Amino acid sequence: MKRAAAAIGLLLLFGAARLPYEIHLTRLQRAAGFRTASLDLPLREKVGQMGFVAALSGFRSLVAAVLWIEANNAWQNVEWGRMAGLFQTVTTLQPKSILYWDMSAWHMAWNASIAAFEDKSQPSEVLRRRAERQYWEVGKKFYEDGLRSNPDSANLWEKLAILERDKFDDHSSAATAFATAAGKPGARPYLRRMTAYEVAQIPGREREAYDTLKALYDEGPGQRVPRVITLLKELEEKLGIPADQRIKEGH
Amino acid sequence: MNDRAPIFSPTRISALAWNTLTELTRLKIFYFLLIFALLVIGNSFFMAKLTPEEEFQMLKDISLGAMSIFTALIAILATAMLLPKDLEDRTTFTILAKPVPRYEYLAGKLLGILLLLGISIAIMTALFLAVLWLREQGAIEEIRAAFTQKQINAEDLMREIASIQAATFNANLAPGIAIIFVKAALLAALTLMISAFASSAIFTMMITIAIYFIGHLQATAREYWLEGMDIRWWTRPALALIALLFPDLQAFSLTDDIVVGNPIPFALFAQTGALGLLYVAVYFLLACFFFSNREL
Repeated sequence: MKRAAAAIGLLLLFGAARLPYEIHLTRLQRAAGFRTASLDLPLREKVGQMGFVAALSGFRSLVAAVLWIEANNAWQNVEWGRMAGLFQTVTTLQPKSILYWDMSAWHMAWNASIAAFEDKSQPSEVLRRRAERQYWEVGKKFYEDGLRSNPDSANLWEKLAILERDKFDDHSSAATAFATAAGKPGARPYLRRMTAYEVAQIPGREREAYDTLKALYDEGPGQRVPRVITLLKELEEKLGIPADQRIKEGH
Repeated sequence: MNDRAPIFSPTRISALAWNTLTELTRLKIFYFLLIFALLVIGNSFFMAKLTPEEEFQMLKDISLGAMSIFTALIAILATAMLLPKDLEDRTTFTILAKPVPRYEYLAGKLLGILLLLGISIAIMTALFLAVLWLREQGAIEEIRAAFTQKQINAEDLMREIASIQAATFNANLAPGIAIIFVKAALLAALTLMISAFASSAIFTMMITIAIYFIGHLQATAREYWLEGMDIRWWTRPALALIALLFPDLQAFSLTDDIVVGNPIPFALFAQTGALGLLYVAVYFLLACFFFSNREL
């Protein structure tokens, strides 16, 4: 009995000694992007008891992988609603995975929206259009939530910009997202051009678009792609740029 | 001539460790590797319709998850059996009748189980990396074929290959696997400590598995206790007890984030590893404390 009490005492002492270090380490791990998933009651309802216990026991990525495979099965069976629910669970379990956010958004904004629009069981085109737009919104929300967890992901910013451009036809939001993507680490080199293309579509911002495109053009042959040249020529006409300041290509 | 045995003998400990490893190998513990191989190779059936990036992500998630499960199971189950089996076979008496201190006996046992865990992780890692490499080569071949058939241009080919390579191997997998080993070592030392006073292997397993689950909630209990969240007055001492008595096992669950590409800074890896080794050392010392006067 004495030995047991002594052992518990020693364990408590060890606990007290390591406590400050564990608090410090938890802070460091969180600052480095670890242990950020919120394993709470809403998640418990989504993944079931066993899945929740597994996620709590250090098998979060494994549970996410299994649910992702299940979501892909739902895709094969064209169960869009179920897919959306599974995607939400997977991204809650693995908020740092760019792939999960990106694919979830893409499935919703592109595949599910098209399927909703082409749904032959719904005769009303108005309702089909509304359903299509709702899926765009779901996709957009996945990108936005993904960016809250991964604000430095050039890939997610770029995909959000493409969604704004191709689905919502919102060139201003697309330009902002492309510009943000261009400033992130690992950004693709064409993103600055994409930003300028979008700005050129916004009425009243032609001068800004011209200046950006001209700056890109002046960087050298690498940036002088056909679309840059075409847009510059159009803007030169529109803005009445003097002949001696116009670009030489095509003259 | 001094014929007294040295207080601490690395030769004796290594002999005991080697013997423990041989014993466990004879128990056919390595057969679980076949299940791991089936899991890693066989999961391709589920992945036929996934993109290469998704496929690599799944492979990494499932393989590293399986590695964590298997090493935790080996650490708990194999260690829990060691002392009761030696007592049943009377091997303990034979060893301790010789000039072998009890702490050396325990050190040999722990080292043996750590060797087993190390070998298991090395084999699983080799298998996982081989399958990942084969899948990567397969995906690159497909892209090259598309280029040969002029479906994509040279710039796209280079970008796609770079994207596939980025999605497969990254340097962070190594510290991730090392942390799986550290966590398993912690569990082995914890199991040995419980086994040092436990009356049966079943008791040891049950208690360690319970601690395993509680350990993953320790950080939450600690935060509730220290941050003064809205809890009843009597739950506070209970939470304090959980935080102080149990290990913080979530600190060693970094692989979940590493597999999705979150880089682990070296300083963080070293500090996490150091905490794990501290746990191993303290649990081992407590095991020696419990075992030193145990009636055999």
